[in-house]
Amino acid sequence: MSKTNFTRRGLIKTGAATGAGLALPTIFTSGAMGFTNEPTGSTVKLGFNVPQTGPYAEEGLDELRAQELAVEHINGIGDGGMLNTFSSKVLDGTGILGKKVEFVTGDTQTKSDAARASAKSMIEKDGVLMINGGSSSGVAVAVQSLCQDAGIMFMAGLTHSNDTTGKDRKANGFRHFFNAYMSAAALGPVLKNVYGTDRRAYHLTADYTWGWTQQESIQASTEAIGWETVNNVLTPVGAGDFSSYITPVLQSGADVLILNHYGGDMVNSLSQAVQFGLRDAMANGKQFEIVVPLYSELMAAGAGDNIKGVYGSMNWNWQLTDEGTQAFVKSFGEKFGRPPSGSAHTCYVQTILYADAVTRAGAFNPCAVVEALEGFEFDGLGNGPTLYRAEDHQCFKDVLVMKGAENPTTEYDNLEIVEVTPVDQVIYPPNHPMFGGDEASLGECNDGA
Amino acid sequence: MRLLGLSRKDTRFLLIVIFLTMATPILLQPFPEGSGLATFNAGYPDLMQRFAIFGIFAIGFNILFGLTGYLSFGHAAFLGVGSYTVVWMYKLLDYNVVYGLPLAVAVSAVFAVVIGYVSLRRSGIYFSILTLAFAQMSYNLAYSVLTPLTNGETGLQVYGNDPQVLLGATEANSPHFFGWVMNDNFWEPVIGGWKFTFNNGYYFTAIIAIIAFYVSLRIFRSPFGLMLRAIKTNQTRLNYTGINTRPYTLAAFVISGMYAGLAGGLMAAMDPLAGAERMQWTASGEVVLMTILGGAGTLMGPILGAGFIKYFENIFSKINDSVLHGWFGFLPDGLEDFLIGVSHFFVGKSWHLTLGLLFMLVVVFLPGGLVEGGQRIAAMFRKKSGGKDDAAHQPKPAPHVAE
Repeated sequence: MSKTNFTRRGLIKTGAATGAGLALPTIFTSGAMGFTNEPTGSTVKLGFNVPQTGPYAEEGLDELRAQELAVEHINGIGDGGMLNTFSSKVLDGTGILGKKVEFVTGDTQTKSDAARASAKSMIEKDGVLMINGGSSSGVAVAVQSLCQDAGIMFMAGLTHSNDTTGKDRKANGFRHFFNAYMSAAALGPVLKNVYGTDRRAYHLTADYTWGWTQQESIQASTEAIGWETVNNVLTPVGAGDFSSYITPVLQSGADVLILNHYGGDMVNSLSQAVQFGLRDAMANGKQFEIVVPLYSELMAAGAGDNIKGVYGSMNWNWQLTDEGTQAFVKSFGEKFGRPPSGSAHTCYVQTILYADAVTRAGAFNPCAVVEALEGFEFDGLGNGPTLYRAEDHQCFKDVLVMKGAENPTTEYDNLEIVEVTPVDQVIYPPNHPMFGGDEASLGECNDGA
Repeated sequence: MRLLGLSRKDTRFLLIVIFLTMATPILLQPFPEGSGLATFNAGYPDLMQRFAIFGIFAIGFNILFGLTGYLSFGHAAFLGVGSYTVVWMYKLLDYNVVYGLPLAVAVSAVFAVVIGYVSLRRSGIYFSILTLAFAQMSYNLAYSVLTPLTNGETGLQVYGNDPQVLLGATEANSPHFFGWVMNDNFWEPVIGGWKFTFNNGYYFTAIIAIIAFYVSLRIFRSPFGLMLRAIKTNQTRLNYTGINTRPYTLAAFVISGMYAGLAGGLMAAMDPLAGAERMQWTASGEVVLMTILGGAGTLMGPILGAGFIKYFENIFSKINDSVLHGWFGFLPDGLEDFLIGVSHFFVGKSWHLTLGLLFMLVVVFLPGGLVEGGQRIAAMFRKKSGGKDDAAHQPKPAPHVAE
């Protein structure tokens, strides 16, 4: 026999609660809702969703610094940074439309699932109006479609895959960063000048959306200058050890290794390639060369001496001499004691651009913001004159071709600018086959109403 | 009172579970909005859905691990299979989850039969390694080899140019159950400073979770469950008495695989995207942790464990330095910096550390998991409330496996 605390009162309580629970679906409160997370108080919340763990964690942490700085500048704390050089002057340091900006952060773990969970909690729990961030294009594509469905804005951070504004483009998503196609278009002519037209390339490619489109783009542009593609090997993201992928390269008959890797992966694969003596080797009677299509300062610092003389491309570099760059580097340096990376820059700019677009539109409604950003031309944010193209929400601006410096003086100037490729050379039509062709469409803007 | 063929005690137990599940949106929102502790509120749809979904996953895993003692390290494979099935149904038919979910259970059952048939030829560590190998194979297939089927690392999602042959003109453009849209909240009352969110998707998963719990309760109490427990206690002796244990273990394996497939399908029903990472071995390890943390072999334990881990993953990981400044801001500067410096190592991106420490404490001091902790506290109260039982000279009630 067992003792039970089951009482009539308990039953009535439980029954009532269950009944109430079952009855709830019939109670509808259909108050006229404006749009998702419409701000009602004196503050407005933005969400910064970046990788704090995983292979891209370094980039993510630098993005957080920049986002914090951008929020300070929008709220009128500090020296204002690029707000002083930005061609649009509507931001006056009183927040956005008079509302003070607050922010929440999340860890994407460089995984689509974790990134979406984190983004969802920002939208549902914290009530953010815009999500910015993301290293890794897989994550950016996943979070962008989530923001589209939820009816908030997505201002992409570091995402370089063609797909983000190509076949996976969304009306609520905007990308300031450049993409794989632009990298390849800028690198092609430079590679032709330094390495000639008779080369055989071997590709190691990160196995996800960014790697695939990066490889496709660089293959097309190197084949256009007469190079031959020997092989393309896909490697898992975060593999750590690439030795088994690098060993066959020398025997393959190739004389250039193209590393379509990023972050910690690129640091490892490049370091291992150099340790294996690839850069000192001769192949087909020529010096063996390595190319890294997408560079970042943080990777360069991680790879150390191994990057000397290696070519790559960047969206922006702190060594540029324009006014906007100088203002940004100054305020970032004063706050954090180091120059900002390219990923930090793009997140800072995206946050400023969002605040500016809301102010110009005079409303937080995502559809109004989308309209304000589409076709927006601006200057003074470090990249020279820039256009936010309306058809695919991609920014068009000059691209930097970089080279690992031979004699760096500090750990921050280990890359040098070889050439600033003008925007006309890297622009493409919105229905380019690498960007989803004619089928790709932004869809309708969604405000969640 | 007896319900649905359950004993009196189990009926009460089921009613408590139903009550807790239904009241979750209120129970998880103990702090008013805007207060410093609001960070610890967990009553938002996504996390509540995750509680229910991983609860189902852990309940199913417990049928295998808790009852037979076979430790599978590959259950995440079924989770992934379930998700991919449901998303494919979205792509081919339409967003109604009614097609995808049963199919997800069926497909994962087929996978479980194949994997189980091979893996169960061995027991102990060899069984674990075999399941791990299968799961990693599935993960790698999904990640790179079967990219046309799974869309690789980006994750499978629905595009505008997918067939969706059954899609009606006025149909919702996100997962729904006959028009009951998962993303929508049917009631968002603000009472005082408290804000509660009653979400369609949560109640959908909650009702399925309750059914899943009921089924598992019946399995625990059935002769079949008793046989599974006998396998855990001494499989060799069972074999000597002439009983072939393999059909029983295979059945348990397939049932728990179906639970995992259902959980995976529900994940895709809440959020129409299936990523390969949910098949990785870390995801398999997570459900093992959930079960052990909550209490393997108990009915309630795995659900508690699942909630515990998901809470840490989603709440603690979001506490950053500026939140800490908000909490400790009233303290003198030196002390504030010190406290922030120390807590920095336990929140935000270091949430794994906090979880690891708690897991260690639980395993060392409460080998029976959180359920054992609950029992100890209950025992303490029972003692305090006076020895009525002793006065009546009744024998002590045997510890109930369901508590």
